[in-house]
Formats: sequence, structure tokens, C-alpha cells
Amino acid sequence: MSVLVFIDHNQGSFKKNAFEAINYGAQTAAKLGGTVTALVLGAANEADLAALGKYGAQQVLHVNDARLNHFNTKAYAKAVVAAVNQTGAQVLVCSANNNGKALAPYVAAQLKAGLVAGAVDYPQTDNGFTVKKSVFSGKAFAYVTVNADKKVITLTPNTFAPSEQGGAAAVNALSVDFSDADFGVKFVSENVVKGEVPLSEAERVVSGGRGMKGPENWGILEDLAKAMDATLACSRPVADAHWRPHHEHVGQTGGTIRPNLYVAVGISGAIQHLAGVNSSKTIVVINKDAEAPFFKAADYGVVGDAFEVVPKLTEAVKKAKGL
Amino acid sequence: MKILVCIAKAPDTTAKISFTDNDTKFNEAGVTFIINPYDEMYALVRAIELKEAGLANEIHLVSVGGADTDAVIRKALALGGDSAFRIDAATNDPYTIGAQIADLVQKNGYDLVLTGKESIDYNNGAVGAVIAGILGYNYIGNASKLELSGAEATVSREIEGGEETLAVGLPLVVACQKGMAEPRIPNMRGIMAARTKPLTVVPAVDASALSSVTRYEMPPAKQGVKLFTVDQMDDLVAALINDAKVL
Ligand SMILES: Cc1cc2nc3c(=O)[nH]c(=O)nc-3n(C[C@H](O)[C@H](O)[C@H](O)COP(=O)(O)OP(=O)(O)OC[C@H]3O[C@@H](n4cnc5c(N)ncnc54)[C@H](O)[C@@H]3O)c2cc1C
Ligand SMILES: Nc1ncnc2c1ncn2[C@@H]1O[C@H](COP(=O)(O)O)[C@@H](O)[C@H]1O
Repeated sequence: MSVLVFIDHNQGSFKKNAFEAINYGAQTAAKLGGTVTALVLGAANEADLAALGKYGAQQVLHVNDARLNHFNTKAYAKAVVAAVNQTGAQVLVCSANNNGKALAPYVAAQLKAGLVAGAVDYPQTDNGFTVKKSVFSGKAFAYVTVNADKKVITLTPNTFAPSEQGGAAAVNALSVDFSDADFGVKFVSENVVKGEVPLSEAERVVSGGRGMKGPENWGILEDLAKAMDATLACSRPVADAHWRPHHEHVGQTGGTIRPNLYVAVGISGAIQHLAGVNSSKTIVVINKDAEAPFFKAADYGVVGDAFEVVPKLTEAVKKAKGL
Repeated sequence: MKILVCIAKAPDTTAKISFTDNDTKFNEAGVTFIINPYDEMYALVRAIELKEAGLANEIHLVSVGGADTDAVIRKALALGGDSAFRIDAATNDPYTIGAQIADLVQKNGYDLVLTGKESIDYNNGAVGAVIAGILGYNYIGNASKLELSGAEATVSREIEGGEETLAVGLPLVVACQKGMAEPRIPNMRGIMAARTKPLTVVPAVDASALSSVTRYEMPPAKQGVKLFTVDQMDDLVAALINDAKVL
């Protein structure tokens, strides 16, 4: 079985999630005894495309069409379907980032492929084709068996470590027969926080709750985040009260994140909050109430006043990192 | 302008999650079911706001599920919406669900289909895109804003580290998340009105499942929290660096 990996990128710059996806595709192809092809849509530079081989891509297909420089589910899906047909791939892999989450089920429906959204492990292929994914907002796992000939898998970010293994890949152009109707989505503007690792990709996150008392107190969390090289998040009441912007809100109705380290400060640990963060590898809780439910979900904890604990923790981090 | 809002039934956010039948079935005993929060708070409420603003004439709700879904549909009708359909199929395969709804969309001709960003039980975030994929409609996932003017929508969606704004032609499927609408709760009048709003049961169309859950598993229990006092911050940092290896 051959594998096609959809590679997301931002104006030609490839991020970790792209390497994770190639690596997953390469390992899956090796297991299934097939080849792995990476698909890149829109402008990207030739050397960067060939370098995807380092992470395991044997071939890179490139659709160099300026209309694809902005993501658009329908047009992207057409290109992916064309690439699946050309390569004869039976498995499509992509990152479960914002673009991948929109694209994968759209393509799956068009190919009548079975979908596993948010895989946390490699496929088990001894008896059918089964992939483990997280369900019930991180409270359980499900083993999803694909009953269709074609399979589409999206990968939970920050789950599969990319490793460098190969050399340069051959880059081949793919031309797709688009029509105007494929481009019904027009880019208007974007608003991106500059110079900060996005929450969904962050390996470390410092998060504040109502225990922080007010937006004027976020300075100590910013200092801690800076020392740890972490991204800021918050609980829902904090975003609802406009202490912090909505994109920082994590939990059941906010973002779902899976960093290596999640530091929760002045957050009680309501089940709806945990739903968004409980897959974090290590959780540190700072709360003045020893009975706060978050301690049950934590690996490390400090019972104490945030306004005293956080600056001391920041100092300790700086000292250890020689900052 | 006719809007279809897709409503999934979901276990209450505080429900205890457990499984029966050798970990092959979700244990519904003692579980209260609610409207999937994204569908209620973002998709449905935004549809109601658009109708109140005079930008939509009619809101229909649809849920794919068995008779035990009716109570949740009535709850949704209490918030708003003119009538509802329940498509009679019990499945959790996103293709089967999406194919049912796509068929209804084709029959009734909706200009706009709204879903939640994901269901809180299966967390696929798939059904909206499946509907759009089957019909060849435009699709915007993880949307945080939606404005309408004539046959065009202006939609903002989450991208890594921020959001982007797009102009999109109708018909269109949008999956809704935070930012989309102002929170609201049903009032007495809405609850009374919901009882008499039409809820039509529609037979399922043929669309076999392309995936199935063969087994569930609980995550390994946490080891228990290791506590540090405020004077042991160096030790905590050492643990994060040397034991957890996350700093
Ligand atoms: C359908 C639904 C969806 C929801 N979705 C979300 C969601 O996505 N995300 C989310 O976060 N919530 C969500 N909630 C809300 C959730 O139930 C909680 O109300 C919320 O998480 C509480 O936020 P908090 O922990 O910041 O505040 P609180 O619960 O008020 O907790 C504040 C904590 O700070 C501690 N504290 C106070 N002062 C200090 C101090 N000086 N130093 C240290 N600690 C201090 C207190 O001991 C307390 O534990 C949802 C609720 C529902 C019903
Ligand atoms: N059984 C269902 N009936 C109607 N709509 C559904 C159903 N399941 C999912 N949806 C819609 O699709 C969205 C995404 O669900 P999912 O793909 O299961 O994560 C939900 O937020 C609902 O709006």
C-alpha cells in the first residue's frame, strides 16, 4: 500500500507538523510495503521541497499554482484527489492542524475513504487496518477500524517525533485541471500574532485562570512564559471577561492542546477545562487551594499563592537555564 | 435564505466516561445527554442571530440519531429554529452521518449549513466537511465569525496563531467555534414553543459506514501529584528538566 502525505506550509515555510506527517507516512509505507509521496500545493522553493526527503519522502509532488498560495478546502481537495489517483495511494496522511482538519474529511468523503481524525499511534495492520485516536475530549481512546479500501488519517500534532533519515527527494510537478468554481473562497485578510509559537504547536504552555484576579496581573505569567519559552493560554471565564484574547481560551469549548508541559496557575481544574489540556505530557498546577480538583490531574503541584510562587518559579527557571 | 443547523447529541460535559461489553460500547447508564456545546453555543445561536438580524428567513435543525435523540432536538428548538428533522440512523461513522445530511440538503436546498467544530464524544471535526465534500460545496472549518450579505458570506477561521478572513460564495458549509456568537440560554416562551414545533422523522438513506470503533480504552491513571513548597522551586525545575524532560 502506498502512502500520500499532504504537507501543509505557510508561504513556502515548512514547520514541525509537516515533518511529523512525512515521518508518519514513511513509517506507515515501510510497514505496508509501499512508497511514500509528499504533496505540496502552492509556491515553495525547489531546494526546500527536495529537503523533505530528509524526513522520509521518496518523491515530492508539487502543484505550483499561485491560486493555491492560500488554503481553500475545495481546491486543495481537488489537488489531493488528483495526487491520490496519480500515485495510486491507498493511505492519505496529514496533520490535524487547522487546514488538515478541514481538508481530510472533505477528501475522505470524495474518495469514499474511511477517516481516522486525530490519530495518536501508527496503524495496526495485522488484522485489518486499525488506528488509535483520542475520544471524549481526551478522557478515553478509541481503536477505529477502517472498512474501506482507502484510508485517511489526520495526526494529533506534537505526538509523532520527526526524525531525519533520508537524503534529497525527487521533485515532480503535478498539474491539476482546476475550474473557476474551485476558487469560490477569496482571501481577504489575516491577523496573526507575530513572534509567538501558536498554542496548537506549542511544546510548553503557561495558562492563567480566574485566580489571577485581573488582566493587570498577567505580567508574572508573561515572565514565566518567556523564561520557559512557552505560549500563554487561559481558562474560559478569563476569555469571557476579556482579560485575555479568545484565541488563548483552552478547554471543552476552546482550544484542545497537547504540549509537553502545561503550567496551570489559579485554575480550579473543572472537567471542561481539563478536556482541552488533559493530554499534555506533564502538568504542573499552582493553586492556593490544596483541594482544587486540578491537583488530581497534575504531575507536579505547588499549593500556594500564585503571586508568590510564580515569580520564584520564574527565577528558578532562569537560573537553571543560565538566563 | 434558509439555514440548516446540524445538532449532535453528546454526553454532558461532566459525564463519567466508562465502557461496557468488553470495552466496545460507551456506557450510557446515568449519563445525561446535551446538545453538543459547539452546535448549541456557536452554530445554532449564530443562526438565530442571523435570523433576528433579518438576514435569514428560516432555520431548520437536523440530527442523525435514534428516537433517544428527540429530547435533545427539543432542547435545541427551545433556543430557536423553526422546525427540525431527525434522520433515523444510529451510527458514529462521519461518512454515514454526513451522507444523510447531504441528502437532506439536496432535497431541501439550503444556502447555508452550520455545524459545530467537533462533537465532544468522537472529536472528529468531520461531519461538516463530509457534507461539503459530498455536495462539492465550499467549506470553512474552525470558523469564529460569519456575516452574510446577499449571496456572499464573510467568514473568519482559525489559522495557526491567529485568524484569517475570507469572502465565500453560497452555498456553503461552516463549522463553528468560539467567537461566533454571544452566549444565550432558552427562555420560558422558547421552551413552550418548542413543544409544538414540527419534528419530522426521516428514514435514512443507504450509506454504509467506512469506519467503526472496535474498542475503547481508558488512559493510564496519573501517578499522583508530586508536591513542592514555594521554597522548593529549584527542585521543581530540576524535576521538570531531569525527570519529566520537558524544560
Ligand atoms: C458546557 C461548558 C463548557 C465549558 N467550557 C470551558 C472551557 O472550554 N474552558 C474552561 O476553562 N472552562 C470551561 N467551562 C467552565 C468551567 O466549568 C469552569 O467554570 C472554569 O474552567 C473555571 O475557570 P477557572 O478555573 O479560571 O476559575 P475558578 O473555577 O473560579 O478557579 C479559580 C482558581 O484559582 C484559585 N486561586 C484563587 N486565588 C489564587 C491565588 N492567589 N493563587 C493561586 N490560586 C488561586 C482558586 O483556588 C481556584 O481553584 C465550561 C463550562 C460548561 C458548562
Ligand atoms: N449525528 C449527528 N447529527 C447531526 N449533526 C451531527 C451529528 N454528528 C455530528 N454532527 C455535526 O457535525 C459536527 C462535527 O461532528 P464530528 O465530526 O462528530 O466531530 C458537530 O458539531 C455537529 O454539528
